[in-house]
Amino acid sequence: MFPSVLEFGKTGFGDELARGALSTLLIAASSFIIGLVLGQLGAAAKLYGGPASRFIANIYTTVIRAVPELVLILLLFFAGTKGISALGVAVGYGPVDINGTFAAILVLGFVQGAYATEVIRGAIQAVPVGQIEAARAFGMSGTQVFTRVILPAMLPNAIPGLANLWLVVIKDTALITVTGASAELAQMTKNAAGFTKRYFLFYFVSGCIYLAMTLVSNYFISRLEAYVRRGQPKLA
Amino acid sequence: MLSSQTANMAVVVDDLHKSFGPLEVLKGVSLEARQGDVVSMIGASGSGKSTFLRCINFLEMPTRGRIIVTGEEVALKPAKDGDLHPTDKRQLERVRTRLGMVFQSFNLWQHMTVLQNVMEAPVHVLKVPKAEARARAEALLQKVGLYEKRDQYPAFLSGGQQQRAAIARALAMEPKVMLFDEPPSALDPELVGEVLKVIRGLADEGRTMILVTHEMKFARDVSSHVIYLHKGVIEEEGPPKQVFGSPRSERCKQFVSGIH
Repeated sequence: MFPSVLEFGKTGFGDELARGALSTLLIAASSFIIGLVLGQLGAAAKLYGGPASRFIANIYTTVIRAVPELVLILLLFFAGTKGISALGVAVGYGPVDINGTFAAILVLGFVQGAYATEVIRGAIQAVPVGQIEAARAFGMSGTQVFTRVILPAMLPNAIPGLANLWLVVIKDTALITVTGASAELAQMTKNAAGFTKRYFLFYFVSGCIYLAMTLVSNYFISRLEAYVRRGQPKLA
Repeated sequence: MLSSQTANMAVVVDDLHKSFGPLEVLKGVSLEARQGDVVSMIGASGSGKSTFLRCINFLEMPTRGRIIVTGEEVALKPAKDGDLHPTDKRQLERVRTRLGMVFQSFNLWQHMTVLQNVMEAPVHVLKVPKAEARARAEALLQKVGLYEKRDQYPAFLSGGQQQRAAIARALAMEPKVMLFDEPPSALDPELVGEVLKVIRGLADEGRTMILVTHEMKFARDVSSHVIYLHKGVIEEEGPPKQVFGSPRSERCKQFVSGIH
């Protein structure tokens, strides 16, 4: 029978879990997009940048990938929110209250960006140089070479790595519970389990929701990958 | 100032030098191609002929020399790496659109169909309206015998088909000069013929071409001028009759007799 504690409405926690799941997806998607942007910038800095931007990009990827994410989240969350609040006071705006979800998105996006930098850098470097030479030889500008040739040519190399990052960031949203400042799925599960004392039920259901997110993601990722690989023969 | 004679030339390369680190692969090579000329560059591997061709459209930066395409000299300035680099990107891009390059390894864009490959640069570089570019591309694919394959991706074609598609792609820019970098040398022997036939057809149309090749018989038949390059210098040059029939240079004589 369907346990009544999972019902939607005042008596059950179904709606809380659903809202938590939605929040998880929102945080994950926003972090992922920030990570993609930072990854593009980081890869561009590493591949085409001068000594200064290469140096900064190297520090970024080295430090972020070396320190445990949990530590980073605590560090960036508490130090970061304090810093921004202090900045608000300093410029005369007064203390700024940082929304927990917003802070989480920034922190996870920052971490994602470091990994995405390496995925995108490797994918760009794997584009055969002849593809780029042909674009140049036909008079394309630097921007056109990038958007018309390098970007679509590197996607088949980048999608598996970026897909990994997407699946990882969905689960990493659970780390935010340590800040106590969020309402994503893991936090909601914890609340519901603690309130009803039905730990197994809630963590099992929550695990199933994460699994469902991954399965749905996998479906779209494989469609996307088939599309970006449209020019490549399949291995027999 | 350019002399009026130079201004009428399709391509003039004057005293081109190119070094890779301490290795000087081109030691002052010059070339003049009038409209309709077919200039073949022959020579052993490592003689610098491909590097020379790649310098004409600045896929390699020359260390010294001047390059004038259809009367327009590409402005160059020395860069930190010791080579000359174009000062004006716009000018470089403009000059490149007049030079249709065909690569040894085709270099078709793998994520585009054959038709998209041929339409790409006309639409995005020359800003030709899409419908017009498509009509032109289809006509060119018809001409090189690939119309039926227009919606295929390059990886699904044979080498000979890919090279013909690459020729169509270069022609779609309506270039003033075609540059061929050993067009059939990545192909299986039985596929060489179909590519050479297309190139020969272009020569017969009176297109200006500069052609780096190992196909001696082909060079003799289609060229108006042949340059034999040896270790970065021109060892022998002249009409094919002279270079292949009665070369003055002993080395050239050996080279053209060694390969048929």
